Amino acid sequence: MVEVKRTPLYEEHTAAKAKLIDFGGWEMPVQYAGVIEEHHAVRTKAGLFDVSHMGEIDVRGTEALAFVQMLITNDASKLEDGKILYSPMCYPNGGVVDDLLVYRYNENRFFLVVNASNVDKDYAWIVEQAEKFNVSVENVSEQYAQLALQGPLSETILQRITNTDLAQIKYYGFVHGEIDGTPCLISRTGYTGEDGFEIYVSPEYGRKLWRKILETGAPEGVQPIGLGARDTLRFEARLPLYGHELGAEISPLEAGLGIFVKLDKERFIGREVLLAQKENGIPRKLVGLEMIERGIARSHYPLQKNGQEIGFVTSGSFSPTLNKNIALGLIRSDLAIQGETIDVIIREKAVKAKIIPSLFYKRGN
Amino acid sequence: MNPVELKYNKEHEYARVEGNIVTFGITDHAQESLGDVVFVELPEEGVTVTVGKSYGTVESVKAVSDIYASVSGKVVEVNTQVMDSPDLLNSDPYGEGWLVKVEVEDLSPLDNMMSVAEYETYLAQEEH
Repeated sequence: MVEVKRTPLYEEHTAAKAKLIDFGGWEMPVQYAGVIEEHHAVRTKAGLFDVSHMGEIDVRGTEALAFVQMLITNDASKLEDGKILYSPMCYPNGGVVDDLLVYRYNENRFFLVVNASNVDKDYAWIVEQAEKFNVSVENVSEQYAQLALQGPLSETILQRITNTDLAQIKYYGFVHGEIDGTPCLISRTGYTGEDGFEIYVSPEYGRKLWRKILETGAPEGVQPIGLGARDTLRFEARLPLYGHELGAEISPLEAGLGIFVKLDKERFIGREVLLAQKENGIPRKLVGLEMIERGIARSHYPLQKNGQEIGFVTSGSFSPTLNKNIALGLIRSDLAIQGETIDVIIREKAVKAKIIPSLFYKRGN
Repeated sequence: MNPVELKYNKEHEYARVEGNIVTFGITDHAQESLGDVVFVELPEEGVTVTVGKSYGTVESVKAVSDIYASVSGKVVEVNTQVMDSPDLLNSDPYGEGWLVKVEVEDLSPLDNMMSVAEYETYLAQEEH
């Protein structure tokens, strides 16, 4: 049996009586007070997440930019220093190795943040691709605890314990600073559809920072948030989750991530296949679904039209913000028509759903 | 607290016996481990349920759980209130959060169920 990994904040979670689950080999909190309450806390106030399980990979060298450009589908050449890019990273066949955040220090140094369950696979893949480039690649995941403070009050709360002017950090920007006297990397990023920050800190200061942020935000009702609400929050905001909307068998174009695939970039892994897909038409498309009849569409449930299988559900849930049962599904492009009714097969029963825009929730609505 | 007058099974479901009418529901422990219940699927009135077989599902935000009949019989009443407000399973599993009432001819399968004391011992063992 593989040993389950724990983050530096594990004791905080058990002390808070969080319910723990295995997630990608990590023993992580799935909920504290309850998924729905936590979800609303992030949408209306702020919530604190332990995301120390995420992986970090450092890329340095004189060819770092050229290498990253080869690796990802998005374009890091126009990215300013101190800015961050979201991008899929593809196989030559257009399938997705992972999706990641690319932090640009300068053209000789990039910091890649990858999904917890993919760290080893990603690192091996990146190292393999690095052979032809003058770069060094290091898996530095163990050197960081990562906290995410998300929600409309995040800046107000965090500003009380840092001298860094947070208003100066633009969306998808990052700086090095101190929070409560602890050196850290602060980026204005997140996975909830809300404003917020992700904070990278040396593991030994993780618990101290976690407590400090909760204490500072107590008057506003900031609370710890588990992976359960992290999933419903990201799902409502149509932020893809690897293994659901993304995977080795799904191209980023199918997943609706075309704006992060820069086909005008001369070379990158997967470009030929993705270009052909774009020119010949994308076979499948990610759509939003709203249940018309009673039921919750769950990941991998088949989708049918007139008794014919046309795709499957990638993510589905009760949406706490919309108070509806909604889903994301990957279906044949020719049938991806707004307003059309299709069937979700729930325990061998066809349950009707309507195709709706997939961005279920947008901040400021 | 788990009521003393109920019978319990290892799936963390209860049966309340009143004459030949048996009410099914899930226990406090079940709702606690499921988390926020957001969807309940129940059979219609008149449907026959079979002991040990699934008669519906209870879904939390994250999980889908089958619910099993403790005895065989005909469904004579369905709690439509929990279909509209599934959170009643969390707030009042032994009261307003009941699921179905079944008219039963043979009550003997209930003998295989646990008393509250036995159920609580079972819960304590499961914790470890």
